[in-house]
Amino acid sequence: MNFKSLLAGTALALGLAGAAAAQDPVKAGFIFVGPVGDGGWTFEHNEARLAVEEHFGDKVETVYQENVPEGADAERAMTQMALGGADIIFTTSFGYMDPTINVAAKFPDVKFEHATGFKRADNVSTYSARFYEGRAVQGTIAGMMTKTNKVGYIGSYPIPEVIRGINSAYVHAKKVNPDIEFSVIWAYTWFDPAKEADAAKALIEQGADVVLQHTDSTAPHAAAQEAGDVIAFGQASDMAEYGPMPRVSSIIDNWAPYYIDRVQAVMDGTWESMDTWDGIGPGMVKIGEITDAVPEEVKAAALEMRDAIAAGDYHPFTGPINKQDGSAWLAEGEVADDGTLAGMNFYVEGLTGEIPQ
Amino acid sequence: MDLSSINWLLLLASLMVAATPILLAGIGELVVERSGVLNLGVEGMMITGAISGFAISVNTGSVTLGFVSAALAGAALSLVFGLLTQFLLSNQVATGLALTLFGLGLSSLMGQGYVGIKGLNVPDLHLPLLSDIPILGPIFFQHDAMVYISILIVAGVWAMLKYTRAGLILRAVGENHDAAHALGYKVIRIRLMAIAFGGACAGLGGAYLSLVRVPQWTEGMTAGAGWIALALVVFASWKPWRVLIGAYLFGGLTVLQLNLQAAGMKIPVEYLAMSPYLITILVLVIMSSGRGRAALNAPAELGRSFHATA
Repeated sequence: MNFKSLLAGTALALGLAGAAAAQDPVKAGFIFVGPVGDGGWTFEHNEARLAVEEHFGDKVETVYQENVPEGADAERAMTQMALGGADIIFTTSFGYMDPTINVAAKFPDVKFEHATGFKRADNVSTYSARFYEGRAVQGTIAGMMTKTNKVGYIGSYPIPEVIRGINSAYVHAKKVNPDIEFSVIWAYTWFDPAKEADAAKALIEQGADVVLQHTDSTAPHAAAQEAGDVIAFGQASDMAEYGPMPRVSSIIDNWAPYYIDRVQAVMDGTWESMDTWDGIGPGMVKIGEITDAVPEEVKAAALEMRDAIAAGDYHPFTGPINKQDGSAWLAEGEVADDGTLAGMNFYVEGLTGEIPQ
Repeated sequence: MDLSSINWLLLLASLMVAATPILLAGIGELVVERSGVLNLGVEGMMITGAISGFAISVNTGSVTLGFVSAALAGAALSLVFGLLTQFLLSNQVATGLALTLFGLGLSSLMGQGYVGIKGLNVPDLHLPLLSDIPILGPIFFQHDAMVYISILIVAGVWAMLKYTRAGLILRAVGENHDAAHALGYKVIRIRLMAIAFGGACAGLGGAYLSLVRVPQWTEGMTAGAGWIALALVVFASWKPWRVLIGAYLFGGLTVLQLNLQAAGMKIPVEYLAMSPYLITILVLVIMSSGRGRAALNAPAELGRSFHATA
């Protein structure tokens, strides 16, 4: 074999390989913070992953890794996924923010999608849902239904997303019930059923008859059920198996349309770094069925709230609202801007306790 | 901060419930360690017990069967450890760690079909007369049966170790296995029984989480309780009643931390979360200062493999 034919052969082989690569399915990777069976946050992301598979069939291949701790270990998981040939990687928890940025810098050809964060790069998009819109509906129901005027709130980590939810729920509960009080417990975990159950019990023992949660398991519902006259709300997922009591409604995250969109963009070569923050209107946040345990007029008020938000007629953070220390935040009729909301690190007036730093 | 908003009666009552899983796992591990074996696989056995108990109780509708099968599953898993360390003489620390990792994986595999299913309700016992005593009644006498069974197990272990010949032999094996062997005791067999007992107790502790305390199945639900149980045994300096005190102390800290938060007290939760381990270290330091290793009360052969040479 002379040198020329060797070159030609190599070129031919390369060409073939190129053609084969073009027919390869797009590989979409998912990094999950909990198990896919948590019944909440990760469950819904996994449902969306399955929806992507269903939508594209053979044209897409998905891989996922569950129970990835936030922090340094996440970088290892993402790197592995990128080396494994993933074209787009969804990192689905706030704590993956810096690891995502770090790994993305090493793999400029791989697209990254980080949920609930605020750091972007040329190949890193961010996306989140306006959960606080759903919290407004929950706050309304909670404020009207509580008999003890005490609402317990299980927070995960003191990050803007969670604080926003607490503020939104409080503002709307206060609106319908001026005597309302909130107790917040920080669990410092997204997913630890035993701890969440204990937190719910502690809140109930201190007189709360509504338990709101920003953690991912259904354990608080089980605790509420055991206690009896206590209501709770599905978080991230419908958690309908605990209805009609204690689960009276829920916030459902609906990621499937977004994921399908973004994978399509990778296929078409039109993917661009951007920030998406959708709420009830575009359907990224859904309000789960309000059960019969909720009185008619409460249900009507809640649905009215939901529809007003969906139509864009009402913003959950509309002034006048003061900060916790009494200083003015929003004037009469003023609406919170997305920048402030994205970095929210203060309680609104009336909430007691301090946000841990 | 408003401490008056904490209902101290309910706090003390929920303390007993919160402490039960680590109490069960801890008393089992105590027996294992008194026989001279260090089994770091408590977490793995607990979680295997949790899913086994949950699966069986959901399928049969019987909580009792759930607990029984959890104990069997924990014991079965611990015998894997026993086989490896006692017959094949593998390193106990490494094998125990492997057992924890194996148990976590195995349980999540077994639990695939049980995620999101609601557990059964376990009725509280209302002991006649006793539960009607004001103040003391609600704290001590209105729990589910497992709370009392766990205390009975502690009492049984204490009596066994202190007053019976079997306890004496178990301690002899743990303090000097060569001497025990020379006296004609079957060191390996005795240790295997201790390991199986420890596994059964850990399984019960795990099942208490999935059947009573949470009650449902989720992956990784023991969340480190097995490690606290291990720390607990050292904290208790290998004495049964101190395991009880330690378990209530550690369990109490978890419950107290949440209650303090709900009452609006500004307290960094990390400090309370690490306090069981800090207390354990502190106890170790205090006990080991001055009077030497004997004061620690650690079984002399702890973690050492036995191989009969003659």
